[in-house]
Amino acid sequence: MLPGFGLTLGYTMVYLCLLVLIPLSAVFVRSFGSGWLHFWEVVTSPRVLASLRLSFGASLFAAAVNAVFGLLVAWVLVRHSFPFKRLVDALVDLPFALPTAVAGIALTALYAPNGWMGAWLKTLGISVAFTPAGIVVALTFIGLPFVVRTLQPVLEDLDREVEQAAATLGASALQAFIRVILPALWPALLTGFALAFARAVGEYGSVIFIAGNMPMKSEIAPLLIVTKLEQYDYAGASAIAVVMLVLSFGLMLAINALQSWAVTRHGER
Amino acid sequence: MIAARRRALTCGAALLSAALLGALAVAASPAVKLLNVSYDPTRELYDEYNKAFSAYWKTKTGESVTINQSHGGSGKQARAVIDGLEADVVTLALAYDIDALAAQSKLIPADWQNRLPHNSAPYTSTIVFLVRKGNPKNIHDWGDLIRPGVAVITPSPKTSGGARWNYLAAWGWAMRQPGGNDATAEAFVKKLYHNVPVLDSGARGSTVTFVERGLGDVLLAWENEAFLAMKELGPHKFDVVAPSISILAEPPVALVDQNVDEHRTRKVAEEYLKYLYSAAGQEIAARHFYRPSDPAVAQRYAAQFQNIPVLLSIDADFGGWKKAQATHFADHGIFDKIYGQ
Repeated sequence: MLPGFGLTLGYTMVYLCLLVLIPLSAVFVRSFGSGWLHFWEVVTSPRVLASLRLSFGASLFAAAVNAVFGLLVAWVLVRHSFPFKRLVDALVDLPFALPTAVAGIALTALYAPNGWMGAWLKTLGISVAFTPAGIVVALTFIGLPFVVRTLQPVLEDLDREVEQAAATLGASALQAFIRVILPALWPALLTGFALAFARAVGEYGSVIFIAGNMPMKSEIAPLLIVTKLEQYDYAGASAIAVVMLVLSFGLMLAINALQSWAVTRHGER
Repeated sequence: MIAARRRALTCGAALLSAALLGALAVAASPAVKLLNVSYDPTRELYDEYNKAFSAYWKTKTGESVTINQSHGGSGKQARAVIDGLEADVVTLALAYDIDALAAQSKLIPADWQNRLPHNSAPYTSTIVFLVRKGNPKNIHDWGDLIRPGVAVITPSPKTSGGARWNYLAAWGWAMRQPGGNDATAEAFVKKLYHNVPVLDSGARGSTVTFVERGLGDVLLAWENEAFLAMKELGPHKFDVVAPSISILAEPPVALVDQNVDEHRTRKVAEEYLKYLYSAAGQEIAARHFYRPSDPAVAQRYAAQFQNIPVLLSIDADFGGWKKAQATHFADHGIFDKIYGQ
């Protein structure tokens, strides 16, 4: 017999409180440790604002790239069979498993002006490592599995007969994809996007190696948090953390709202 | 889905057994253990020193001692100890970080620096330039670093102890130029940092950027780090250039009183630090390109160190770390102004 609603809800709340709410409220309390004025001064300084813009901008961009190419990867893995498919499938998980610092060092070695990719890109006049582009590369790398792994089960469950029905009704392959498959995938795609985005916003380990860390240009907000901590400015560090939290939470809520809208819209069809 | 669940289970089991193994390894190791929390470029030094000290301690007392090392940016390491990393001794890049230990926590007394000779710095170092072989950009002194087209690699002084020494050496050079004053020095470091394409968070990161990634024309480095890079990667790739003025960097060591009393390791930890000053300890430091404080050992290794006519002192020339930190590196200090804050 499964426990009833009251008990499960109780456990849920206790668990969430212990794991999420209490640590987060500690951050909030700490951020006002030196008063509102200090908080406001920290979070509105140009350098912090620039880093927040960069962190959220690069994360959104990387998540968007992953949404497109992750869908492609998931599609290929579900719909086609080819030699070494299981190996390719396992490769998708690598960014999960790899310590992020290792990923950062590997990507930097690859994209530095003397690396394989970097040297080639340099001849085209593009530099990736030590620029914001490098940050996007690192964030795309770590976010890929989130999109693929959320889409895969949904794609597997998707009935092929629906597509065939669309085809018999005269829809082209593209029409069937856009009007039949994509609407069914929207909720999962948004979830994958949100997860990849959330992961990217908080990412530190892989980014610091490839970012160049120049103030106002390629300095991510988590690095500024670490910088503040290393100057024993706990209140300043928590202030940036709180702003990131609030922004992330707001974006997550928006994505959730979008998702439930997509679900209802799809459900009505 | 089942495959995924099974994968997760296997993964969890692997993690669990790894943790158990780790616990077993801890239980099986000898009773006396020290944790030395140090900064970035001392890995190789303490690798060798720890072996030497263990052997010394074994012959002296019959006790085996295991020394664990932790390395990272100096400020980060100090913060880790404040936040509860149970270091028995700290060997950091600058006195300011150990001062922070005394100020932010009650782990050590405020007068820690007087407890050991030479301001608690058993070895010293200085800041030199590492340039590409043959010195293609013709870099000989601080003034050459602000020429257009010269890319300088140095970590961020906000996070790296070594970088603060770099910055202060540059500042000191500018102050001692004809007509030098605070305004000209500020203008000089501003120009200097405009030639910096990447700000790594620690000294080792900058070395990697310069040496492995091939970025920049000159690396501002600890003397020991510069020689280590030369030794590890072959002298055919780099040259060391000694500027006319640099700074005497004193990386200090300290006992973390509260932790050693809790661990009952005070005696061995004290000896661990004292042994650094012994002839054997000084030899090891010199072999790793730290300048020994013992005159006899210093004499023997004199040839391997750069001859720098003027070595500035943090206390005499900059009024101590507290003042230097507040003026230059604190929020809204001069370094922040460089980046338009």
